[in-house]
Amino acid sequence: MAEKKKLGAYICKGCGIGDRLDIAQLKKTATREGKFAFAKDHDFLCNSDGVKMIQADIDAGEVDHIMIAACSRRAKTDAFRFDNVAMSRANLREGVIWVRPDTEEAEETTQEMADDYIRMACAEVKFMNPPSPSGEQGRVDHVLIVGGGFTGLTAAVEIAKAGYKATIVEQTGNLGGIARQLYKRIPTKAPYIDPQDTGIDALIKQVEENDNITVHLNSTVTKTSGAPGRFSVDISQESGSTKTENFGSIIQASGFKLYDANKLPEFSYGKSPDVVDQLGLEALAKAANGGAIKRPSDGKEVESVIFVQCAGQRSEKEGHLNYCSGHCCMTSIKQAMYFKDTNPDIDTMVVYSELRTPGAGGEDIYRSGQQKGVTFTKGIVSEVTPNGGNLKVKFKDLILDEEVESEADLVVLATGMEPKSGVNIDAIIVEEEEDESEENSKTIPIVPAESVLNLDYRQGPDLPQLVSGFTDSHFICFPYETRRTGIYAAGPVRRPMDMKQASEDATGAALKAIQALENAALGRAAHPRAGDLSFPRFRKEGCTQCKRCTVECPFGAINEDEDGYPVFNEARCRRCGTCMGACPVRVISFENYSVDTIGQAIKAVDIPDEFDEKPRILVLACENDAYPALDMAGMNRIEYSAYVRIAPVRCLGSVSMSWVTDALNNGYDGIILMGCQKGEDYQCHFVKGSEMAHTRMSKVDDTLTQLQLETERVETHEIAISDIQRVPEIINNMAATIEKIGMSPLKF
Amino acid sequence: MATKEYSFYPGCSSQKGASSINQLRSTQTICEELGIKLNEIPDWNCCSASIGYGGGGELPRLTLSARNIALSEQNHPGQDLVATCAACWLATREANDRFNEDSQLMAETNQALKEGGLNLKGEKKVRHMVEVLVEDIGFEEMKNHVKKPLEGIKIAGYVGCQTNRPFGINGESFENPVYLDKMIEAMGAEPVENYEKKVSCCGGALMFSEPEKSQALVKDILEAAYDGGADMIVTPCPVCQMNTEVYQAQINKKYGTNFNIPSVYYSTLMSVAYGKTAKEAALDGQIIRATKLEEIAGK
Amino acid sequence: MSSNTIKYRNSFLREVEANVEEGEWVRMCMQCGVCSGSCPLGPHWEHPPQELFMMIRAGKREEVLSSSSMWMCTSCYNCIVRCPRELPITHIMHGLAHYAHKLGLAPKNQPTKKFAQLFWDNLSKKGRVNELKLGLSLYFMNGFGEGIKTALKMKDIGLGMYKAKRMNPFEIFGGHGCKDKKGLQAILKKAREIEDAKADQYPKV
Repeated sequence: MAEKKKLGAYICKGCGIGDRLDIAQLKKTATREGKFAFAKDHDFLCNSDGVKMIQADIDAGEVDHIMIAACSRRAKTDAFRFDNVAMSRANLREGVIWVRPDTEEAEETTQEMADDYIRMACAEVKFMNPPSPSGEQGRVDHVLIVGGGFTGLTAAVEIAKAGYKATIVEQTGNLGGIARQLYKRIPTKAPYIDPQDTGIDALIKQVEENDNITVHLNSTVTKTSGAPGRFSVDISQESGSTKTENFGSIIQASGFKLYDANKLPEFSYGKSPDVVDQLGLEALAKAANGGAIKRPSDGKEVESVIFVQCAGQRSEKEGHLNYCSGHCCMTSIKQAMYFKDTNPDIDTMVVYSELRTPGAGGEDIYRSGQQKGVTFTKGIVSEVTPNGGNLKVKFKDLILDEEVESEADLVVLATGMEPKSGVNIDAIIVEEEEDESEENSKTIPIVPAESVLNLDYRQGPDLPQLVSGFTDSHFICFPYETRRTGIYAAGPVRRPMDMKQASEDATGAALKAIQALENAALGRAAHPRAGDLSFPRFRKEGCTQCKRCTVECPFGAINEDEDGYPVFNEARCRRCGTCMGACPVRVISFENYSVDTIGQAIKAVDIPDEFDEKPRILVLACENDAYPALDMAGMNRIEYSAYVRIAPVRCLGSVSMSWVTDALNNGYDGIILMGCQKGEDYQCHFVKGSEMAHTRMSKVDDTLTQLQLETERVETHEIAISDIQRVPEIINNMAATIEKIGMSPLKF
Repeated sequence: MATKEYSFYPGCSSQKGASSINQLRSTQTICEELGIKLNEIPDWNCCSASIGYGGGGELPRLTLSARNIALSEQNHPGQDLVATCAACWLATREANDRFNEDSQLMAETNQALKEGGLNLKGEKKVRHMVEVLVEDIGFEEMKNHVKKPLEGIKIAGYVGCQTNRPFGINGESFENPVYLDKMIEAMGAEPVENYEKKVSCCGGALMFSEPEKSQALVKDILEAAYDGGADMIVTPCPVCQMNTEVYQAQINKKYGTNFNIPSVYYSTLMSVAYGKTAKEAALDGQIIRATKLEEIAGK
Repeated sequence: MSSNTIKYRNSFLREVEANVEEGEWVRMCMQCGVCSGSCPLGPHWEHPPQELFMMIRAGKREEVLSSSSMWMCTSCYNCIVRCPRELPITHIMHGLAHYAHKLGLAPKNQPTKKFAQLFWDNLSKKGRVNELKLGLSLYFMNGFGEGIKTALKMKDIGLGMYKAKRMNPFEIFGGHGCKDKKGLQAILKKAREIEDAKADQYPKV
């Protein structure tokens, strides 16, 4: 706090706030207790007149730190957006009058609630500064695309169409990837009846003719460093020459490989050339080019073909894939049509255990297959064996409940997709830890994999994976968005998918990549704190080089210098504050969010005397799901205890243990932490924040015992945004618990 | 009130001395009251019902209906063809729909009809008597004619199968049609709410060939009516009526039950509510007497 | 090829498509089983409809056509309205039954088969059904002794119907019928001819 801060409070009387609360009292709280220079009220603060009033004060230089007491900080964000000032919001609407009954006996506690929120917001803004740029920003209108298959090509075209440059790095000597190996693709347009041209040649031509797209064939990425807006990438040719280029953002479209059917000896793949996988069949169809498809062994025209679905997938057997690859049922239907469209007399049978045809056209494609005379048999194939010139297929018909043997000229195995996602960085970390802790322990063998990106990051060379080797991204809320800011995964490397989905993926990732480089140029955060200009800084003199921040950052944003001090890469940062919560010596902070802003707000609350019988419950609520749920409880007028004081936090991962111990020492009677769902199906917007907070809080019982407090006084909950009924219940239950175990003795 | 005229297909079981002659009688009673004139199709033939398929096959079976429709077109131009029997309506409507959708079928049918000097144009709308009541008369008007509201009588409205599926009445749901309940209400009686077996099958014609299996179905239908507190069952279908009424003694014997619940046509119910005599309402056609209705009719 | 391996080769499916009413729908079944679960006589089917469809696709000609299953259909149309693929299942069952009966493969003493034939004979004689004659022939369809037993068992019902004037014993001497019997019979004969000629167009399997 170098210069003297100019503090101004603005209190809204609209939406019933003025009718329910004593506004004069609130103004007094802001000026006398909050030590604000002035407090103004307005009948309707978010209308243009109210906003003009605030802006006029800012323009006149009267105020640079403003406290707005009105609705939730999630409401009216467009109206209350002021540049170059620090701002806090006191939630008097969703947080006070909408959750309290409009009765005479509730009046006093409701007013106390409002006064406390004024105190908290005044304290918070006093410790904030207007965010100032770091000078780290760069602007490069160029997106790197790793992978020249259908997804990468589509993304490149989309990026070029939007007026940006794209560079494709392709490992092989050709563009087009697996799509180029297909005879036709699954129909994408109504009426979804016939296989459709892949269009891959036209797409390649489009890319080759576009001046904004550069293609490097027989090339790989050998080093990636920097951050969004200033990525520096080494592109190495097969010949050995390397070129270093700068990019604003990156799309990883490294694709998939087909599961190796040699791992399925029961189906005679490799033993008989007439047993093929789906790509093998595409090759046969391509060779036939609309004519009769011939079997590889002797060139005889195929008269009967059996498709074996879920070959080596959707199975818990050792070495099998335990997931569904999503496209294979429709691919088999499409391939059966290759035969039926040439000659309807060819017997084609698809043996499936569950036929899955997702997407808008799926059901129509299935029906079209049936209409064309493809036989669909619900069954499980156990064995395929060469039998004379033919193949004998043993399966159990699950409808007729009997073992059947059938013969066919050709058998097609629908095997699954395996992502080409590079190195599993979590496996590396496990190995290091084992090495450090037990000197003689065996190191965990790492499945050798070539890195795709060769990231020069503290946390490993490739994108983090979640399950089955697919790169992690939140597939509902933030598809494409990986755990490395500015690097987007698209296509089957992200999850199994068909070309239609890959095309949507490519387009989505292209737009995200453009958004990322634009944000980086302005120093703005990517989702979910989109537009946030603040970034973490640390006080070097206090730092103990413990590396907790560099290890725990979910986004690999922090590197280490040679002395082990953190090096923040602003544009990689998502502003979650996990580093801040992790730092044991509290040296990490943001201009607008710090240990002090929340810590001082917590301390500002007026703690009544033990004998007033008015307990105080602190809720630290994640602003992503828990705080909206609390707001919605207000919108639904669900009442909860007047003794609660809610402080929104960026992520539970940012919660400093000092807030909890300080609150207990200050006489709070109960503390509730509300974060997102953690674990494999995590909902945490910052991936690991909620999980780390739970781990950290598991040790809070020791603190409570030391303070001779009951362990029931601190709770941690996983909250979904839809838990509108549940959040008030949790608060009220804590109030009931306190009534049962009594007030905290630590009040001054 | 202007008289509404329809080309009427009574069907085999509505003939004199046949099993649903009582339906015909009570239908005529309510039609007279509501200003509906039913013109019987001259020399109509059997529709082959739902069981004729076994011996008849496709085209001969459909041609039977074609003859009736052709006769209706010839004799009652401009009038909708109306049937009271569920099977008659279903077979005729189904055939009619198929002729109009499939020109080849229509041509083949006419080729056959020619042998009897007939021709089918495909101009008819085939309707159920209940459709006439619900759509052309309306619940309000049906209610307006009530002279003796059937107060204090609780009735299980048994819609059954063929009046309900596959075509249904008035666009209502196949799983829970409510027109019959609304008609019961209009007559001043109380419908059993959520009658569990409202659209369940009574076995239909299989009552003759598979009596045990069918009677098991009827047992459930009767039991559900008792569970709902019903005084009687009301139904629009001759097969449903017959199957729910006449086998009760046999069911009692087999299952040790004590069923004795009247099953009446909606037309009988309406006749009584309209203040008609027991004879006009065809209450004498009941094998299990509907004493509560008889009392009201006798007042 | 052994008979076992020609299974799942669609030859019977093609036969059904050519000869059975609405048979071209069989290929469209997706095996959800809603029909089987919706059938009032479901438990009595040797093979429920969806299984019959699979058997047709698996080439089980003898087993399908000699099955008593489709004769269990009560024509309640529940399967039709519930089928998500909108297959006219009731009609396919009727069609299969008729085709099996026509080929002489239907089970010999299947009661519904017998009744269905009696019904058709009864109606096609005079153009209208004579309930009394139909009932009596039904009682005696399994021979004279069996018929007397059935008739005795059913006598109370008959008596009730008679009293309620819903049965007329004089129907036995003639009774109802179309006036233009000749015309009707000519029409039916022609219809049969057209249908048989069409079946002849398809290869006999």
